[in-house]
Order: sequence, then structure tokens, then C-alpha cells
Amino acid sequence: MVNEMIYARNLGMVRGVRKLFSGIDLDVGAGDLVVLRGANGSGKTTLLRVLAGLTSPIVGEVSVQFPHHWIGHLNGLKPFETAKSHLKLWVNTWGGDGIDRAAKTFQLEKLYAIPVGLLSAGQKRRLALARLLLVDREIWLLDEPFASLDQAARHLVKRLISDHCNKGGCVVTAMHEKTDLVPSLEISL
Amino acid sequence: MKAKAFQSIFRQAFSEAWAKGGGFILPLSFFIGVGVLVAFSVGNRAELLSQISGGILWVAMVAGAFVTMERLYQADLEDGVLELHLQDTGPLTEYVLAKTLAHWLVSGLPMALFSPLVGIMLQMPRELLPLAGLCYSLGSLAIFFWGGFGAALSSSVRRGGLLIALIALPLYVPTILFGVLTIESYGTDQMFINLAFLLSCTLFTLAVSPFMTSAALRMSAD
Repeated sequence: MVNEMIYARNLGMVRGVRKLFSGIDLDVGAGDLVVLRGANGSGKTTLLRVLAGLTSPIVGEVSVQFPHHWIGHLNGLKPFETAKSHLKLWVNTWGGDGIDRAAKTFQLEKLYAIPVGLLSAGQKRRLALARLLLVDREIWLLDEPFASLDQAARHLVKRLISDHCNKGGCVVTAMHEKTDLVPSLEISL
Repeated sequence: MKAKAFQSIFRQAFSEAWAKGGGFILPLSFFIGVGVLVAFSVGNRAELLSQISGGILWVAMVAGAFVTMERLYQADLEDGVLELHLQDTGPLTEYVLAKTLAHWLVSGLPMALFSPLVGIMLQMPRELLPLAGLCYSLGSLAIFFWGGFGAALSSSVRRGGLLIALIALPLYVPTILFGVLTIESYGTDQMFINLAFLLSCTLFTLAVSPFMTSAALRMSAD
């Protein structure tokens, strides 16, 4: 368990009186892509939140290396702020220098001066995902990264995920779509 | 690096506080409004009004502080910004400090700056006005930082405004006690001692509340 980026044993979670999942074991290391699948409400988001340290599991133990990238289903954007000021805020907070790279990859330059409240759902999602490229972090935790993205952006995100795994990072993602990505582990909840 | 983080978060928090809920105008008009109402309700008794003016201003300031407190962390919880800040290890002290200071600057400081003016309306003795301005500026910091703690604890509760009041009001007691004592003991040796106690209440709040607030935020996000 020393070299593992994400280690979890016998994770279990309830929501209200309903059991979401139990007995989840995870050993995620460099280059691994873990895909969580399941119907709406099956606990994908909750499991990701446990891994991100936002929720404590009811049973089991979990350890995840810090820091990691977290893209939840909420975009974390302020409607009155411009796209550029969002990227700058996180670069200043996390201490990276990837604004240009992130903006170029996700084609955000044209949106720089526009308040986020005026962007479409897909554009907001792209802006949220652009955080992945602001600083290099080994662990990516993604909750439905493809939500409201168009075809081109989906291809881009798929490419980024596989590049990241090839470079020795690891990705845990919840998704519904069948993709040509080859997961090293697929968990059905 | 940390200073840059603080600066960016502060800038965003400031523009959010400025844009939302009428910025400084809403708490300030509430503050003045409470003062005006008390002046009317006490009526034609100038000496009585003059005696209680110091206390009234504290109550008015507390009321004004609660006007915009509810949304302080709730907005960040709802749009996912808080989750992103929680991805860092350790307490969120920079985030909490930046948020609360920005909120205080927009809502609290204008009230403190206007307190001598409202004081005149409440027949507060003229020589007390500068001291009162100082006391309300110091005390408002404590009021806003404890209020922020209440806001963090109740941020996952819908309509949590009253809950904030319930949590924060007892924490205001020392600040308001020494605030009133300082103004009342004007011109005596006691004044500086009371002022020092008021200052220490504020410093204690600044040192302790950010850690309590960030623990409360971690809980609220769960």
C-alpha cells in the first residue's frame, strides 16, 4: 500500500436508510484508469466524494494521496466573474503556471472576457475541466466529466484522460457513456 | 504564494459581497433604520436616549451584520467552490480570512464609519463620538468573524439565518460588554483598561474563529 495513490478497503456507505454500496476495495496506482458505472442514484458520486475526502465512509478505510484534482458535478463557477479570473484564481491558489495551456487546450481564449453567467452549459463544463491542466497533479477524480460536452470536447477529454494515464497519473471517473477508453478496472455499483 | 492565494480569493469574495444583496447599502440602511426607530420610540426624552445610545448602536450593528451573513458560505457550498477549496489539506484559514474580511469591509466597516453620525442622532455626547467610532470598528470585526462561524455551521441549512443568530449571539457578549464599558468609562482611568479588553476580545476572535470556521465548513460539505 506504500506506492499506491488510492487505497481503500471494505468501503461502505448508506444514504438515509438505503445501502449505497459495501465491500469496495480499491488499489489504484500509476497509469490506472478506474471507471465507475451504475444507474442514477447508485452511489457513484458518493464514492468519488469519499475518495476526495469530502465525505467520510460509514465503514472501511481509505487513503488518497494529496493533492488531487476534483471535478465534481458542480462546476464551482461564479456567474459574475469572467472565465479568465476563474483560471487566475486557481492558479494563484494552487501555484501553477498552466493558464495558457489550459485555455488553449479547451479553447477558452475567446471566452476570456465573458462573465460565466452568460456561457452555455457546455462552455462552463469546459472551463471547469480546464482546471485539470492548471497544475500537474497525479490523481484525477472526475464525476461525469462528459456531461453537456459536445463531440469535439468529449474527444478532447478522452484524449487527456488517456494521456494522463500514460504519463503515470491515475484517473477515477464516473461515467455513463461507452467509450473507447480501456479501463484497468471497472466497478459497477 | 500564500499571499497571492489570499489576494485572489479576497478579490473574488469582495466582488461577490459587493454585487450580492445590495452590497453595503442593505446592512447600512438596516443599521441606520434601527437607530432611527429607537430614537422615535424613546421620544421626547433626550437624556434617556443619550444614556442608552451606546448600547443601541451595538444592537443595531448586530442586526445589520445578520442581513447578509446567511449567504456568506452558502453560495460557495451550492456552486461547488467550497469543494474545490477543501481539496487542500489542512485548515482553510486563508479562504476563511479572505471571505470574512471582504464581507466585513463591504458590510461591517461602513456601519462602523457611520456610527458617529447615527450617534449624533441618538444624542450621544459629542466628545464620545471619536471613541465610539473606534470601539465599533474594533467590535464589528469580532461580530463579523463570529457571525462567519455561525454562517459556516448553518450553511447547509435552508433559511439558516435565524440559526446563525442563535449560534453567534452568545459569542458577542464579551465584545459588547467591553464595548459599552469603554464608552461609559470615557474620561476615567478605566477607559484604557476596558479598551484593551475590547481589543483582546477582537484579537482572540481573529486568532481562533478561522480554525473553528474551517472545521465547520468541512462538516457542512459532508
